[in-house]
Amino acid sequence: MDTLPLAATGDDAGPLTSAQLRELYSLMVAVRHLDTSAIAWQRQGIIPGYAPELGQEAAQVGSGYAVDTTRDFVFPTYREMGVARTMGVDMVGYMSTHKATWHGGLYDPVESRLAPIQAVVAGSVLHAVGWAHGQTLDQKDGVALTYFGDGASSQGDVHEAMNFAAVMKAPVVFFVQNNGWAISVPTDRQVAGGSVAARAAGYGMPALQIDGNDVVAVVEATRRAFAHARSGNGPVLIEAMTYRRGPHSTSDDPGRYRSLDEERDGAGEDPLERLRQRLLADGMADEAFFADALAAAKAEEEQIRTGIQALGPRPGAEMFDLVFQETTPALQAQAANWREESEHV
Amino acid sequence: MSNSILASGTAASTDAAGDNTAENTAPASAGTVMSMQQALNRALDEVLAENPKAVIFGEDCGRLGGVFRITDGLQAKHGAQRVFDTPLAESGILGMSVGLAMAGFHPIPEVQFDGFAYPAINQIVCQIARMNYRSRGTLPMPITLRVPSFGGIRAPEHHGESLEALFAHVPGLKVVSPSNPHEAYHLLKYAATRPDPVIFMEPKSRYWQKGEVDPTRHDADGGSPAGAKVMREGRHLTLVAWGAMVARCLQVAELAAEDGIDIEVLDLRWLKPIDAAALAASVRKTRRAVVVHEAPLTSGLGAEVAQLITQSCFDTLRAPVERVTGFDVPYPSGDLEDEYIPNIDRILFGIQRVLEYKRG
Ligand SMILES: Cc1ncc(C[n+]2csc(CCOP(=O)(O)OP(=O)(O)O)c2C)c(N)n1
Repeated sequence: MDTLPLAATGDDAGPLTSAQLRELYSLMVAVRHLDTSAIAWQRQGIIPGYAPELGQEAAQVGSGYAVDTTRDFVFPTYREMGVARTMGVDMVGYMSTHKATWHGGLYDPVESRLAPIQAVVAGSVLHAVGWAHGQTLDQKDGVALTYFGDGASSQGDVHEAMNFAAVMKAPVVFFVQNNGWAISVPTDRQVAGGSVAARAAGYGMPALQIDGNDVVAVVEATRRAFAHARSGNGPVLIEAMTYRRGPHSTSDDPGRYRSLDEERDGAGEDPLERLRQRLLADGMADEAFFADALAAAKAEEEQIRTGIQALGPRPGAEMFDLVFQETTPALQAQAANWREESEHV
Repeated sequence: MSNSILASGTAASTDAAGDNTAENTAPASAGTVMSMQQALNRALDEVLAENPKAVIFGEDCGRLGGVFRITDGLQAKHGAQRVFDTPLAESGILGMSVGLAMAGFHPIPEVQFDGFAYPAINQIVCQIARMNYRSRGTLPMPITLRVPSFGGIRAPEHHGESLEALFAHVPGLKVVSPSNPHEAYHLLKYAATRPDPVIFMEPKSRYWQKGEVDPTRHDADGGSPAGAKVMREGRHLTLVAWGAMVARCLQVAELAAEDGIDIEVLDLRWLKPIDAAALAASVRKTRRAVVVHEAPLTSGLGAEVAQLITQSCFDTLRAPVERVTGFDVPYPSGDLEDEYIPNIDRILFGIQRVLEYKRG
């Protein structure tokens, strides 16, 4: 499905250069390696839990690649590690949420342009609409990019967000990663009407349903959507069809709801392998490049792991200090008690 | 003594809803007489003029000026960018407020009626209340959520609720309620300049009551609208109330005075944070207290107030703190409203229980 009109003017950048394609590959390898490692960290007791994204690298890296961090703002869920990495977010800060150090992460959302990690599914979809409307009021040209899953698309807030955005012509890109599953429930038991993209028509909003395992298709679709929203034409919905290859989270057991055969059939082509074949076929990269990319990913993972392991718990006083901008006497009293009774004085 | 209070109170309160006598709550200083609706409207007008980042939105608050006309004329004056109608979706309104706050605005959303805050609870509790914490203070939520609150207007179901305990229980939210036009003007102006989310509970039964508003100063002593306020000085007992119940308590105090009972009325104003110091000061003086609220009894704010008093005044208290409240029933329809909302009789009974208390 593609109901997005082609842009008359070319804010939309041209085809990806070979350097950009190589960069996309390096990003996907970094994300794949960090993601796989994070599961291992959980097994090793370094972090208590993690939401993996194996198989969704193209959807995340490709969409994150289209973001202009000087003017756009991204509203993630709990599974957008690949988006964060692509946007250049501090990954120790990002992973700290999974270390249970601080809800939302220790990275700076204002500087990085990535809203805090969000555990309520569809919780931040409306925030994107509000932020985007703020751009309109301020006559700025930023676009809000909001992520959610096929499961989250069942939430009423997604309907409210799409309706608000379309009524107000807010510059929002709704990016659905349809990874086939909402924990144990497959898309056909989750989404009535065939697809999330089909719903956009009801809001008079253009939609693109794309192969979410093809990073080039994802970059191009997201760029088109950004150009559309940025020029004041209102919101766009992208449904990237992909597949969550691993468990929903490190505590999930996918064997209870799908077989290995089903997993293999459903998963389709590996997004990394696909880009690798393309780079090889077009003579844009050789084995040495791939080996370097993997080595860089390993070095990076090691650095992040060291950073994570070095993270102590946050000072308990922050629990009290960060509730409000202007604290309350009751909170101050509770903090004082806590300090005294836990001998933290 | 207390028997005679009850006797005269019962006689005087046959018209329990007739609390129009209590218009003596504005300060004596020279000011303009206006209704609470006008006072709130004026405050919003000034907030828009003073803060270019303030925006007002909700259902019907643009062209119509809101079903209670609190935003009357603001769109015409400040433009449809600053004051606008949204689609009819409370979660949408409150979720959008989060994003606007993230973009540097001071959203002043309106929920049309208290009962319709429920569909937005997720956005209020999980998002507005937590974003400052979650983001370690980098994404403050300066949101002033106006909620026409409480009963007393014989409205249909869900159009009159007392949600203060629910909101006050949520970490990250602050809650305030004005009791008269003067308070409404100053508390709203104050709330709308705070960097944290404030639930502003407007007692809708008081919207049309008039009183004197002195825009130049908040308290007689020039104090800030940040704490509780003694609305009537007294020596024998403190009535603690907020919102529409303040006027009723002042009326009760007048009646009691005829029997020589000198009642102090404390308008709590901030339901979170509660001004514990003002509570303590008042009750240490009077040594007796009754809390009056419209919300159901169980786990209501009266329990919180009573505990704060116990903690600070246990040694001087002459009787346990009493509560006169709504009941643990769904908010009843108009015909039963006067049975549900604390009336003069029930408040006087509460006072009597405290005055007659004998240590066992
Ligand atoms: C409002 C809400 N309800 C339930 C949950 C528990 N939960 C977490 S993830 C999830 C499935 C979400 O599926 P989907 O939106 O497709 O995203 P995916 O996890 O597949 O990326 C559920 C039910 C939640 N986090 N938030």
